[in-house]
Amino acid sequence: MIKVDNITKSFGADEVLKGISATFEKGKTNLIIGRSGSGKTVMLKCMIGLFTTNSGEIFFEDQAISKMDIEAQRTLREDIGMLFQGGALFDSMNIEDNVMFPLRMFSNDKRSEMLKRVNEVLKRVDLENVNHKFPSEISGGMKKRVSIARAIVNNPKYLFCDEPNSGLDPKTATVIDLLIQEITKENNITTVVVTHDMNSVMEIGEKIVFLKNGTLVWQGSNQEIFKTDNEDVTDFVYSSDLFKKIRDIQIKEH
Amino acid sequence: MKELIMKEIDDLIINSLGIVAFISFFVGGVISIQTALNLENPLIPKSLIGFATRQSIILEFAPTFMSIIMAGKVGSFITSSIGSMRVTEQIDALEVMGINSLNYLVFPKIIAMLFYPFIIAIAMFLGIFGGFLAGVYGGFTTAADFTQGLQDTFYPFHLVYAFIKTFFFGMILATVPSWQGFYMKGGALEVGKASTNSFVWTSIIIILTNYIITQLLLS
Repeated sequence: MIKVDNITKSFGADEVLKGISATFEKGKTNLIIGRSGSGKTVMLKCMIGLFTTNSGEIFFEDQAISKMDIEAQRTLREDIGMLFQGGALFDSMNIEDNVMFPLRMFSNDKRSEMLKRVNEVLKRVDLENVNHKFPSEISGGMKKRVSIARAIVNNPKYLFCDEPNSGLDPKTATVIDLLIQEITKENNITTVVVTHDMNSVMEIGEKIVFLKNGTLVWQGSNQEIFKTDNEDVTDFVYSSDLFKKIRDIQIKEH
Repeated sequence: MKELIMKEIDDLIINSLGIVAFISFFVGGVISIQTALNLENPLIPKSLIGFATRQSIILEFAPTFMSIIMAGKVGSFITSSIGSMRVTEQIDALEVMGINSLNYLVFPKIIAMLFYPFIIAIAMFLGIFGGFLAGVYGGFTTAADFTQGLQDTFYPFHLVYAFIKTFFFGMILATVPSWQGFYMKGGALEVGKASTNSFVWTSIIIILTNYIITQLLLS
């Protein structure tokens, strides 16, 4: 479980996060959604420690990050897996070395044992026989899968995903969404996904946090998001013609 | 870390040998020919061609101007590779894993550049050798005169001076481009700009350092 308590973050005079409090539950895919520039990615980067908050506190299982010593923070980072928007695979390494990288950094296992684990996670994300290819030689969807494999190779307790299906075709995007959800359930981990894709919201949004201009304006589930009267949320949800038509059909049916 | 250092030695040192050898050899030859063509006074001995080639190559061309050329080759490579990692969030990925990204990316380059004097030694040898071949086989001087010029008033301290500044230039070549790449912001266009800035700043710092070291050690 991850809890953020009244966090703020500014870049110069630009206040990006304005006192956000939320809880992200274990064993669930927690979504942070909102329009571009609403502060989703900044919030995620604050949670994983890439940005330091100006005020407020972030708790991992009741442990406040700011009160952790360096060793505790290092241990925490071993428990964090991160899927970046572009994959962030290391160009100079092949797929096998990319996925093995966290193991080499944090474990003293023999190479053969690490390789066994690498092959396990690659198989888990439906990728086989790509070990010796380089990131430039595989498709965008495969890069995302490799990135997921690298994120989960260390059996993390927390999985963070920054727009995991951006730039993917709808079918591949759904596959990636479902994979994230399956991994969350299988390993009973806390997953936080930043997205502005309504398909993802419908597919995997068990707990949704909606941001607007750096403030949390609504939270609930993917069932509740279609019933809310919150104007900001409805503007966002029904910005696509498809969802407007679905709403109109539902209204007619009732 | 050992693997990373070996990879950097390969990228920064071994892969630079070809261009260093090519440039040194022909610039040495040109220095020799230019010196010979400017010796119009018959009282000036032909051995001056060897002497001038040696002094030019050892004191300035090999350590300083080869470093400027390396600022273009090695410096741009370092800045663009680290800058691309910044743009594509690979550095963020290292940070999230709890790895000190600055240490992980820059330290192996600094260690690799400790071998930089090795490149400059090769540049010195090939520059003088190129001068010898151009001078002798171009018909400007004899092998005996050129060799006598090479040995004439030779101060071993000049080599020490050249390698001291080479060491400093190596450290500048490792750190300034790394700094430019690591702290860059923006996208692909900014990677190009950072590479250009890297070359400019590395060159400026090398020239200033050259002036200061020369003032301290030779004046």
